[in-house]
Amino acid sequence: MAARLSAGRVRTLLYAVGLVPAAATFAMGVANRLGADPVNVFERTLGLWAIRFLILSLCVTPLRELAGINLLRYRRALGLLAFWYALFHVTAYVGLDQGFDGAVLLADITRRPFVILGMVAFLIVSVLAATSNAWSIRRLGRRWGAVHRMVYLAGLCAAVHFILSFKVLRVEPLLYAVVMAVLLLYRLLPGAVRRRRLAQR
Amino acid sequence: VPPGLLRPAPARAAPLTARSGGQSTEGLTPTPFQDVTHYNNFYEFGLEKTDPAERSGGFHPRPWTVRVDGLVAHPRTYDIDALLARPLQERLYRMRCVEAWSMVIPWIGFPLAELLKEVEPLGSAKYVAFESVVRPSEMPGQSGVLPVLDWPYVEGLRLDEALHPLTILAVGLYGQTLPNQNGAPIRLVVPWKYGFKGAKSVVRIRLTDSRPPTSWNLRAPDEYGFYANVNPEVDHPRWSQATERPIGVRGGFFGAARKPTLPFNGYGEQVAALYAGMNLRRDF
Repeated sequence: MAARLSAGRVRTLLYAVGLVPAAATFAMGVANRLGADPVNVFERTLGLWAIRFLILSLCVTPLRELAGINLLRYRRALGLLAFWYALFHVTAYVGLDQGFDGAVLLADITRRPFVILGMVAFLIVSVLAATSNAWSIRRLGRRWGAVHRMVYLAGLCAAVHFILSFKVLRVEPLLYAVVMAVLLLYRLLPGAVRRRRLAQR
Repeated sequence: VPPGLLRPAPARAAPLTARSGGQSTEGLTPTPFQDVTHYNNFYEFGLEKTDPAERSGGFHPRPWTVRVDGLVAHPRTYDIDALLARPLQERLYRMRCVEAWSMVIPWIGFPLAELLKEVEPLGSAKYVAFESVVRPSEMPGQSGVLPVLDWPYVEGLRLDEALHPLTILAVGLYGQTLPNQNGAPIRLVVPWKYGFKGAKSVVRIRLTDSRPPTSWNLRAPDEYGFYANVNPEVDHPRWSQATERPIGVRGGFFGAARKPTLPFNGYGEQVAALYAGMNLRRDF
């Protein structure tokens, strides 16, 4: 069954399924079913999914190198989903939560490391999303890879931002940070170790 | 089965009668009962807002005593039933959480000053320390994986803050005894301070001559001060305190815009004099 689906169809499906949490949470918010503090829940849910898709996009390379599973053709979709969720998350924060209050937003973005880390991650994934098209890949040439390695910094910032979003250390953001750390540290392994599996195939 | 071998069942809400104390804040619409009792920070029961309501069913708020001692002439142990039998007042107060959300709660209780005057603080008493209960078997949050706070939860006030007529010990809300998740059977309410100052399930009140340690201040001194007066001018390091999200407002998703946070949570007229001459940025 899966074999008969073209890569293009799987990608379309991925976008459709990937956006379900956003749509569902939004619908619940409109129906006033997100509890006592709906805007906060909405904002957090969107941020969480941004991190989840960022992690999934970072899994593509190790899966290919260690397990021989090639999902490269879906990596851009996963990265773009991370960007869309980050954009929704920031929009919810700026609009729904802070009501476009310029003074508060400026203070947040210039003074608070918690917000600055989130913003750095958002700016990076925005640049990556904007340069994820074929034209940019051609245009940037060899520099494209260097630009897109900024995703590692985005992952680091996002993981710390998530930890700081709670008053105390909590298990969930720490687990995400551990997964993120493993995925980033993997990139530091010598090429020979990483590509052994590829060479065997 | 001999009755003594059975633990009393968790207290069910019992109706409480209270007169209007004349100290209620005029013109406020109370936050719905459902939200007041199901959106709580009470880390003894877990970190999620829904945990206290879901995980406090096994907590026994009876029998209960509150010990009042330290630098007083007549240390006393109060039984909760005797405290409930006092003349009680209803106090509709604003409640501002340090996390930038807020509620309006119809508390039932009595001024802390009543109790303090009965035990007669000595001239050397300058502060009042509050201690919450430690019962890991009934409070699952007290035995979590990660260190959250050191138990017991401790809080403190300056003696003049504790004697202020707005400071109450609450034993109920919405016309009934305090639900477990709201700090049964007795808790502190100081409406011009961030909610975390309001120690829940209090077992001991001690008068001291030096400033007592307080739980959140011990945890992160740069984020949570001893005074913790609601102050829109002094931000939490991670978020602004200039505005707040009112909880449980109809149409909360698009409808409940943030509203400005008031200095001293709107109680400045009554309490600002307590802090005359102080630098409230430094003593936050």
